[in-house]
Amino acid sequence: MTISQQLITIGMCVLGTMLTRFLPFLIFSEKRPTPKYVQYLGKALPGAIFGMLVVYCLKNVSLFSGSHGIPEAIAIAVTTGIHFWKRQMLLSIAGGTLCYMFLVQTIF
Amino acid sequence: MNEHQKIFRALRAAFPYTIPIFAGFWFLGLAYGIYMNVSGFSFVYPLLMSMTIFGGSLEFIAVSMLLSAFAPLQTFFVALMIQARHLFYGIAMLEKFKGLGWKRFYLIFGMCDESFSINYTAKIPENVDKGWFMFFVTLLNQIYWVSGSTIGGLLGSLLTFNMKGLDFVMTAMFVVIFLDHWLKERTHISSLAGLAAALLCLLGFGTDSFMIPTMIVILAFVTVIRNTKFGQKIEQEELIS
Repeated sequence: MTISQQLITIGMCVLGTMLTRFLPFLIFSEKRPTPKYVQYLGKALPGAIFGMLVVYCLKNVSLFSGSHGIPEAIAIAVTTGIHFWKRQMLLSIAGGTLCYMFLVQTIF
Repeated sequence: MNEHQKIFRALRAAFPYTIPIFAGFWFLGLAYGIYMNVSGFSFVYPLLMSMTIFGGSLEFIAVSMLLSAFAPLQTFFVALMIQARHLFYGIAMLEKFKGLGWKRFYLIFGMCDESFSINYTAKIPENVDKGWFMFFVTLLNQIYWVSGSTIGGLLGSLLTFNMKGLDFVMTAMFVVIFLDHWLKERTHISSLAGLAAALLCLLGFGTDSFMIPTMIVILAFVTVIRNTKFGQKIEQEELIS
C-alpha cells in the first residue's frame, strides 16, 4: 500500500466508527423530544449491553482446552464477592485482577 | 463557585473512575503499539489511529488490513460491523447528552465501551457538573489509550514485562459495572437477556461474528417484552444520575 492508500484505509475505519457513534444523535435531534419507543430502548438496552460486554471480554476463553476457563471463573467469583462485600469499584477490580494474575502466572 | 473550580472539581470526581481503565488501556495500548511496531509501522500510526479511531478492537484488526491489499469499501464495512454496538450506546445516552453544547460533540466522538459504561452508571455527586465529569472521563480514557499505544509503538519489542493476566482488568471492570447496574435495576430481565443472548450467539456464530446477531436478538427481545409487566418496570426505571 502507498501512504495515501494507508491513509484512506485508516480514514475508512474512522468513518465507520464515527457513523456508529454519531448516527443515533443525528437521527434523534437534541431539540425535539425523543420518541417513546427509543426512550424505552434507552432504558432497556444498558443492562443487556453490560451483560453482552462481559461475554465479549471472555469470548476467547475455551472451556475444552488450556485451563478450561477455571482462572476466569475463580477471578470473576472473587471480583463479585469483594464487590458485594465492600461495594468499592476500584477494590473489586484490583482484587479480581490480582487474583487472576496470580492464578495464570503461578498455578495455571 | 467559579468556572475553574467547577472544572477542577469535575476532574477530581472523574479521575478515580478512570484508574482501572488506565491500567487496562496502558496494558492493551502498549500491546497494540508493540504489535504495530513489529509489523513495520512507525509510532506515528498508532498515535494517529488512537487519536482518530479510538476503538481498540478495530485498531488491532486495522493492522492486518493495512498489511493486505487496498480494499477501502471492505474496510468500511468491517469497521461498521465491529463498531455497531456503539449505536446502542448512543440510544442509551440520547437524554444524558442533551444540552451539553460543544462537550456533547467530544462525548459522542470519544464514546468507547469504557467511557460509555462509566458515564452511564457513575453516581455523579450533586455538586459536580455532569457535563464536565463525563468530558473528563472520556478525555482521560483517550489520553491513556493514545499514550499507551504511542509508547508501545516507540519502544516496540524492547519492552519485556511479566504482566501476564493484567488484561483481565477490563473483564473485572465490566463485571463490576454489570453488578452495579444489577443492584439498581427494578427488573433483571434485560441484564439476563444480554448474558444469555451473547452466550448463545457466541456458541452459534463463533468469536468473530457473534456481536451483530447478539444485538439483533437483544433488540427483538426488549421490543417484544415492552407491553408486558417487565416492560412496564423498565419504563419506570429512573435514568441514573
